[in-house]
Order: sequence, then structure tokens, then C-alpha cells
Amino acid sequence: MNNPNVSAPQLNGGQQLALKYFTVAMALFVAQIVFGIIAGLQFLYPELLYNTLDFNVNRMVHINAMIVWMLYGFIGSVYWLLEDESGTEVVGLKIGNLAFWVLTVAVTIVVLVYLFIQYGPGTMETIWFINEGREYIEAPRWADIGIVVCVLIFFYNVAATFMKGRWSGISGVLVLDLVALAGLYVFGMVYTTNISVDQYWWWWVIHMWVEATWEVLVGCIMAWGLMQTLGVSRRIVTTWLYIEVAMMFGSGILGLGHHYFWIGTPEYWLSIGGFFSALEPIPLVAMVVHSVYDAGTHGFKSNNHPALAWLIAHAFGNFFGAGVWGFMHTLPQINLFTHGTQWTASHGHLAFFGAYATIIIAVIYIALQKSRGGVWMSEAMPGNGWKWKWSLALLNIGVVGMTVALLIAGYEQSHIERAIEGSTWAGYFAAQMHKWFIQAMQWRMIFGWVTLAGVLLLMWDLLTVGKHETRVIKSLDHRPLPA
Amino acid sequence: MSDNTVWWAAEDFWRKTAIWVTTGMLLVLMVLTFDSVKQITAGSERVPAYSVINNRIYYKFDQDRGYQVPVIGDQAPLFGAMLTEEQAEALVNKGKMTVQARNCMNCHTLLGNGAYYAPDLTKAWLDPSWGAEVVREQLMIQFLMDPETNARTFGSGRKMPDLEITEEEARGIVAFLKWMSSIDTNGFPHGFKPIAQEGD
Ligand code: HEC
Ligand code: HEM
Ligand code: HEM
Ligand SMILES: [Fe+2]
Repeated sequence: MNNPNVSAPQLNGGQQLALKYFTVAMALFVAQIVFGIIAGLQFLYPELLYNTLDFNVNRMVHINAMIVWMLYGFIGSVYWLLEDESGTEVVGLKIGNLAFWVLTVAVTIVVLVYLFIQYGPGTMETIWFINEGREYIEAPRWADIGIVVCVLIFFYNVAATFMKGRWSGISGVLVLDLVALAGLYVFGMVYTTNISVDQYWWWWVIHMWVEATWEVLVGCIMAWGLMQTLGVSRRIVTTWLYIEVAMMFGSGILGLGHHYFWIGTPEYWLSIGGFFSALEPIPLVAMVVHSVYDAGTHGFKSNNHPALAWLIAHAFGNFFGAGVWGFMHTLPQINLFTHGTQWTASHGHLAFFGAYATIIIAVIYIALQKSRGGVWMSEAMPGNGWKWKWSLALLNIGVVGMTVALLIAGYEQSHIERAIEGSTWAGYFAAQMHKWFIQAMQWRMIFGWVTLAGVLLLMWDLLTVGKHETRVIKSLDHRPLPA
Repeated sequence: MSDNTVWWAAEDFWRKTAIWVTTGMLLVLMVLTFDSVKQITAGSERVPAYSVINNRIYYKFDQDRGYQVPVIGDQAPLFGAMLTEEQAEALVNKGKMTVQARNCMNCHTLLGNGAYYAPDLTKAWLDPSWGAEVVREQLMIQFLMDPETNARTFGSGRKMPDLEITEEEARGIVAFLKWMSSIDTNGFPHGFKPIAQEGD
């Protein structure tokens, strides 16, 4: 450090490991966007990389990289707050570090196989070693097992550390939630001939992750983040966390039924799925109210402006992407026409970005602040903080723009392909060739490039923020635990 | 923690509520799962046995339910050979495994789930673009084995790539698609216009 005010970073062991997870997460985020761009271009230029790097490969890398970087982001976030929250050193940090490297090597091999081998014969060997061909959890089975082992090590670190140190409301919820999150993954590993049974369990992983366990996990991170950036009282955030858990699981578990309308499952799911999933936005409203209210009562005064801005983006993104966009197509009467169209993609983009990308970025800003020596990150940052402000703006404008473009494409597709043409092969292309659809795909690319610019600027900012800062913040630790 | 917090704002009250609500919902889900899995096991009313590929499958409007449902018709063995239940299952299984191994679901949707770059395959077996019933099986095999030469694309230029599907795999896929078209999907896809078949 070239300035006497700025102390050498004092990161604990968990936090040093967290930074490694964050680094890989951000590299995968860039990869996600690059492959998203290629996949998006193929809608407009179908000859692009045809028979070389086909749409399915690009899309698989796009969404699988997303799932993996978000899991890395979550794991990193938990390691980051682990020692603070438990009041003791991470138990078994060595093996935790080893797990990080094993996992990262496994992920690299999986991606290389996706890109260079791509597919295999229709036998179990392909499912074991190349790709399982199941959206979002495509990783072959050897990697699944590796992932489970590494996640178990992570879980051991977390549980053992809290057990040795102290428990709190947040850590209690966190640990139980991690058990569920990891346990669900196992449902994604079964092979079955029966496509209805296949989809039944597949949704246990996908839905129960994003609409139940991941939501609760970010609820824990948010609770901690609000204490960290604003100094909100622990009693308030813990009570809110319990309320959120009750509402999230109360609606989200049976809300699973909104994926059981058309896969062969019985008709009772039409009512159960429609009813409970329609309640899912309620906890998301509660989360916005909570965080914005807290930020407001603290006069939006925070020691880390980029982090607070991304936390607010998370609250709104979660509410709009999951709550509003999800609600719009969750009733069976509507879903019959929107199911499996660009409508779904519109919701998928806004929800994953709004709910999860945002909060992980916020935690990374909190982490960087400390790792760069507890530097100042509030008013009057160098260059008026243009990099973080512009990357925040570009990313949000980019994703919202893509979401709107896809929504228009989705409406057109629901109308022409689904309602009028009855979803035949010819009907599908009638909708794909419609002027509105093509225009929507062009707008998606324009906003896709904006998103890419935002991501690159974000990476630049993450690499540099606070590096030449000479001012420090007073204290990072103003959250005494209740007696 | 202060003692004068009203009960509905108390941490303890909400912790217990969270636990009870979660447990209750999980129990209900478990009960429903037992019933649903039973109802979607192959050989049930909603999801027919794999040997359904020995029969003609229609997709007809049902007055009572208010939408189209699959109807199993007369014998019409796939590739002209009647199969036992085990043989049919093995063939459909070959198809399903190939569908996963070639990652079809990152371009297509099956039962409406997957990707949106190519047509939904739920009722691909019944698609009118195969022309006539008598040529359908052959055309499907040809298309799957060489989608580039046999491309239709309807003016879009968006072709399916050559996935080096073998004849054995292609037969499995067609069996899988035929079987899938017999699943009762509560009227999805809505208003589908199936290919004309004998007995219509
Ligand atoms: C890279 C994307 C991609 C992949 C992977 C892919 N398809 Fe296709 N598929 C297409 C496109 C595009 C079309 C439309 C082609 C045309 O009209 O010429 C199509 C058309 C079809 C059709 C005819 C459409 C219909 O409604 O009946 C079938 C059947 C089909 N594909 C099956 C498969 C199967 C089975 C797999 C996996 C083994 C697969 N596809 C993998 C892109 C893909
Ligand atoms: C952060 C939370 C959420 C995320 C990340 C998310 C993401 C997604 C994604 C990616 C899909 C597409 C899955 C596929 O590939 O087939 C999907 C589907 C769906 N989501 Fe969400 N979602 C969230 C919350 C919600 C909520 C709260 C609702 C309802 C109120 C909802 C309703 C739906 C419905 C109905 C579908 C099915 C779409 C179809 O029929 O094709 N989602 N979601
Ligand atoms: C440059 C920006 C991006 C482009 C061009 C892009 C493009 C695409 C394309 C073409 C698909 C396939 C859709 C289909 O099957 O038709 C897709 C799917 C998806 N993308 Fe992106 N994407 C971008 C950024 C993002 C971001 C930032 C996120 C979230 C953090 C995201 C999450 C997803 C998800 C969840 C799906 C699956 C959707 C579904 O199945 O419904 N993408 N994207
Ligand atoms: Fe869902």
C-alpha cells in the first residue's frame, strides 16, 4: 500500500477463500455473456457457426456457466461472512481450499468437453462423461458426483464453524437452507426413460432452487448485507428473515405446481400450482419493502455506495423479474399459450439477473472494499465513481431492454404460433418469421451488446476500485450480536 | 430483546411459524408426489405403456374436458413390427438416451420445456408437415439422419445441424416421439392441427 492511512488488508481465512470463488464467478459471468451473444446472433444469422458451434452448445454454456457462477458467488458469500457471523475461524479451511481447486478443475474440464466434444452416442457413457442433456444441470454424472463432494466439504466448513463458534438466527436458517439446496441437486442426477417422470424431478431442482432455497439464501445474505452496509439492527433483520422464509416456502413449495400443468401430471396441479405460485410475489414485495425501508430510514447513508446500489437493484430486480414477470404467466389459462415461448426467456433473464446476479455483485463490492484495506467507497469516489455507476446503468438497461424485447417476441409467438397456428412445425416458423419477432430479436441483440459493455466495465471496476484510494472508512464492524 | 414487543412482531413467533409452514407444505407436497408419480408412471392412464407405439395415436377434441386429448386407436405398429412391452421400452429408451446425449433440449422444447430455437416436439409425431401417414416414418428417419439435406426451414434458413444420428438411434427417437405424443398433457399444445391418419 502506498498510503499510510490504508492498512494492509486483514482478511480472515474464509474471506481469502471467498475471493477465489468470486474471481472464478466473474470469469464465468463473462463467459456466460459471450456465449449468450453468440446464441442470440444465431437467431438472426442461422449460418453463424452452423455445424461447428451450434446453438445448443452455446446455449448450454450460456446457462450452465450462469448456474455455476451463481453457485460460486453464493459459496463465496457464505465463506465471506462465515467467521464474522460465527465468531471463530473456519473449521477445516485447508480441505475447503482443496475443494475449491478440485471444483474449479472439474468445471474447466466440463466446459472444455462441452465445447470440443459436444455430444456422444445415445448410451449411458455419454451421460456419465460428456453431457446429461438436461437444461441447466447438463454436467455429466462424474462431475455431478464431484460437485456433490465439494459442496459437502463446503457444508462441513460452514456447519462445523458455526458449531464451534456461535449460532444466530441467520446462520440457523442458512445452514438448513444449504442442506436443502444441496440435497435437491441429487434429484437432478437420475436417468429415466419416462419424460414425464424426468420433468417431474427436474423441476424439483430448478424450481425449488430458484423459487425456494436460493431465495432464502439471498434472504440470509441480504440480512447480513443490510447490517453490513447500513448497520440495521440484528433483531429486525432476523425477524424479517423468518417472515420471508415462512412466506417463501409457504408459497414456493406448492408453487412448484405451475410447472406441472402440461407434463402429463394430473389436473389438480392446475389449481394448486396456479393458486400457490400466484402467492409467490408476496414475499418478494416484503423483501423490497424491508430493504428500501431500511435504506430510507438510514438516509441511504452507507459506507459502500456500489454495494448499496446493487442491493437496491436486487430488491427491485427480484420483485419485477420473479414477482411481476413470473406472476404474469403463472396462471394456467395464460401459461397454456406462453409456455415454452420467448415469454419464458423474458422472465428467465430478468429473474436470474434481477434476483441473483445483482446481489452477488453487491457482496463482491463489500468484499473488495475490505480486501483493499477498508477503503472509502461512498461520496466523491475517484472520477465520481463513473465506472461503477456506468456499469450498473449499462447492465440494468441492457438486461431490462432484452427482457422487453423478448416479451414482445413472446407475445407475438403466443399469439401466432400458439393461439392461431396450434404449435405445429410450420406454425412455429410462421411466428419466427413474423416482422415483430425479427425486430424483437434485433433489439435483443442491441441490448445484448449494451449488457456486454456493462459486464466488461464492471470487470474493470472490480479490478481497480479502491486501489488508489487514500481515505478509509471508520469501521466495518458496527453490528454487535445480541447478548 | 425487549419484552414489550407485541406477539406478532416477535422473532420467536416468526421462527416457529416458518418451521410449521415449511413442514406443512413439504408434507402436502410429499402426498401429492406419491399420487402424481403413480399417475405418470408408464402404463397409467395419463402416460401410456411404451407398447402404445404399436397403435395409432390421435389427438382429438374431448367435449367433457374442453380440449384435445390423445386417443389410442387401432394397431399400427411402428416400422411394421409389433413389439412386446420390453422391446418397446428398450426402443423408446434408446430414443430418450439419444435425445439427452445430443442435447436436443437446448434447441427444442419437449412437453414445452427446453429451448426456443426450434419447434416444440411434444406432438412432432403428429405434425402435419410430415405429409401423409404412409411416408411419415421414413421421412422422420431421413430427416433425423440428415437434417441439412432434408431441411424445410419455411424460409427462415434456420436448419437443424447434422448430429451424426445413426439409423438405430433415429428409430429410437421416432419411437420416443410417438410414445410422447400419447401422453395426456391437459390440452397442451392447444389447438394443434394433427396430421390426417386412417380412421380420422
Ligand atoms: C442446434 C439446434 C438443434 C438441435 C441440437 C436439434 N434440433 Fe431438431 N430442429 C432444429 C431446427 C432449427 C429444426 C427446423 C428445421 C427445418 O425446418 O428444416 C428442427 C426440426 C426438428 C424436427 C422436425 C420438427 C417437428 O416439429 O416435427 C424434429 C422431429 C427434430 N428437429 C428432432 C430433433 C431431435 C430428436 C434432436 C436431438 C437428437 C434435435 N432435433 C436436435 C434444431 C435443432
Ligand atoms: C428469482 C426467482 C426466479 C427465477 C430465477 C426464475 C427463473 C425461471 C426460468 C429460467 C424459467 C424457465 C425454465 C425453463 O428453462 O424451462 C422459469 C419458468 C417459469 N417461472 Fe420463474 N423464476 C423465478 C421466480 C418465479 C416466480 C415467483 C413465478 C410466479 C409467480 C415464476 C413463474 C414461472 C413460470 C410459470 C414458469 C414456466 C414458464 C413456461 O411455462 O414456459 N417464476 N422461471
Ligand atoms: C448479452 C446478453 C445476453 C444474450 C444475448 C443472451 C441470449 C440468450 C439466448 C439466445 C438464450 C436462449 C433462449 C432460447 O432458448 O431461445 C438465452 C437463455 C437464457 N439466458 Fe441469456 N443472454 C444474455 C444475458 C443473460 C443474462 C445477463 C442472464 C442472467 C443473469 C441470462 C440468463 C439466461 C437464462 C436463464 C436463459 C434460459 C431461459 C429460458 O429457458 O427460459 N442471459 N440467453
Ligand atoms: Fe417455478
